[in-house]
Amino acid sequence: MRTRQQGPALQVRGLHKAYQDVVAVDGLDLEIQAGECFGLLGPNGAGKTTTIEICEGLNTPDSGEVLVLGRHWGEDDRTLRELLGISLQETQFSEKLTVEETVRLFRSFYRDGASPANVIAMVQLQEKTHSRVGQLSGGQKQRLALACALVGNPELLFLDEPTTGLDPQSRRQLWELIEVFKSDGRSILLTTHYMDEAERLCDRVAIVDHGRTIALGTPRELIAGLRAEHVLEFALAGAPAIDDGALRSLEGVCEADRRDGTYRLQVEELHRAMPALLQELRRQGAQLSELRTHSATLEDVFVSLTGRNLRDE
Amino acid sequence: MSEARRWSDHPLVQLTRVRYREFFREPEAVFWVFVFPILLAAGLGIAFRNRAPERTVIGVVAPSGDTTLLAALRSGPELQASSMTDSAAAQALRTGDVVLVVTRTRAGIEYRYDQTRPESRTARLLADEALQRARGRQDPVPVRDHLVEERGARYIDFLIPGLLGMNLMGSGIWGLGFAIVDARKKRLLKRLIATPMSRWQYLASFALSRLTLLFLEVGLLLGFAVLVFGVPMRGSLPLLLLICLLSSLCFASLGLLIASRAQTIEGASGLMNLAMLPMWIFSGVFFSSSRFPEPIQPFIQALPLTAVIDALRGNVLRGAGLTTVAPELAIILAWMVVSFGLAVKLFRWR
Repeated sequence: MRTRQQGPALQVRGLHKAYQDVVAVDGLDLEIQAGECFGLLGPNGAGKTTTIEICEGLNTPDSGEVLVLGRHWGEDDRTLRELLGISLQETQFSEKLTVEETVRLFRSFYRDGASPANVIAMVQLQEKTHSRVGQLSGGQKQRLALACALVGNPELLFLDEPTTGLDPQSRRQLWELIEVFKSDGRSILLTTHYMDEAERLCDRVAIVDHGRTIALGTPRELIAGLRAEHVLEFALAGAPAIDDGALRSLEGVCEADRRDGTYRLQVEELHRAMPALLQELRRQGAQLSELRTHSATLEDVFVSLTGRNLRDE
Repeated sequence: MSEARRWSDHPLVQLTRVRYREFFREPEAVFWVFVFPILLAAGLGIAFRNRAPERTVIGVVAPSGDTTLLAALRSGPELQASSMTDSAAAQALRTGDVVLVVTRTRAGIEYRYDQTRPESRTARLLADEALQRARGRQDPVPVRDHLVEERGARYIDFLIPGLLGMNLMGSGIWGLGFAIVDARKKRLLKRLIATPMSRWQYLASFALSRLTLLFLEVGLLLGFAVLVFGVPMRGSLPLLLLICLLSSLCFASLGLLIASRAQTIEGASGLMNLAMLPMWIFSGVFFSSSRFPEPIQPFIQALPLTAVIDALRGNVLRGAGLTTVAPELAIILAWMVVSFGLAVKLFRWR
């Protein structure tokens, strides 16, 4: 049995990486504690994949320091790789092999690890054990990728967009599997552009944009940082624009902005803000075409920090 | 939870088994590597087989009732003479149904034929010989025919080592090149190097699977050639295996070099064809490479496939020993070492 590593699972300081003239990572810091599930949340092109691949030792930084389980890349990579489980974005396993053959191949690379049958059971692919990879659905392929990441009994798991492109049911299934691994006290770094995924799985989240960390904390802390628990969005039918300032001065409204004709209010007390808004609209003779409210999410944190939606291209 | 590991769980064994599975589960690959060369050998062997001499068909134009001419021409075993009218004979000569028309004229005999056609010239000699002999010609010098049939000098004998060399080249370059570029395109290479897998073992698994498949590949084609066409195997079997083994590794290295950077199957496919095309043309698969002009011979002799085919022909047809094929083996080794060295230097796992 291996002894668990003491101290942080992953430390990243001042990471920089540029491709030709595009800066992918621009001075990023991270620290992941042992046993923690840490999420890199950000839109496409924020530098998440570059960052995680540098941590995985598959890419080299222009500058900055990376310590994985207390070790640097380039010292004893083979030993370090024994301790890591990795799921890359868009890996396609050989379609002509069966699930069992694929997992067995990956198992053969590790000195210690789980038996292929156990890992296949863990990711709930028993029924597909002898099916060709080419016949699996998208969700099943992602579970196979997870099985190949878990088969070496890793201390630290890297998951790059593990549920991108999956249907809701497959995503929930994968989340459950990741939670099982988490409950075993191992560390995870995952990237995602789904705020619900980060909220559900991650102990702490770094919101990344243009290669920098723009917010860091537990999902709860980040949402609390908005000072408002609710978000109220509305649009008007053909009426003249309403001044942001007038909206901001309404009772219970902390923040107001407008994008593409949709008004977005961060609201502390919905039961006070809503009547005040409706009254103001009536006074101005404006007609509502849309109105919705939701509890504040990480998405709202991102929007309030950058003025953009996470999934904007 | 470390278990006692079976030999079959060794990464090299697992990687090599993956190579087999990927190969044998692709029916097209199996067809091109194993079946196609045999079909090609069978087809060409039948088309270019050495035929027993056929009877040459000639037309005879003579007044009705005059049968001496016909009888004289039919006395030899090699001519098939048929009587026809003058216009029918002219027509038959034009269409190639007869290669020679023999006509009785007042002065004697007239031969009508196209002298650019070898079979017409042969027919003329045979007909003249039969007619003169019927009228009493004697040979001043006694002659005797001693007929032989030399195995090893037929076209099929020449062809089989050529096909074998071509097959070794194709399966080495395609087999390795496509598999690696495909794995790179699917980001599988990147995923593999994210594990503790040894990169050498990954490359070695290709070499190992090539070498074992080689026995099947060579055995099937040569077995077919020996059993069906009676191609002689005059050289030593260990030397033949050594030549095949080195050739296969040489072409696998070339395939590795071609695949070392290519990101797409299309790109790699173009490079592979570019590399193989000169060898298909110049290396003497279907006809001797010595037919090409002298100035380009040094280039032709330096091609790996030329060396492979020359060594194979030397071994199979002439029973050449190690020292005789040593220069060819040196060329093969040089290609292997240089391509492998370059490939390892240039190779991209991502």
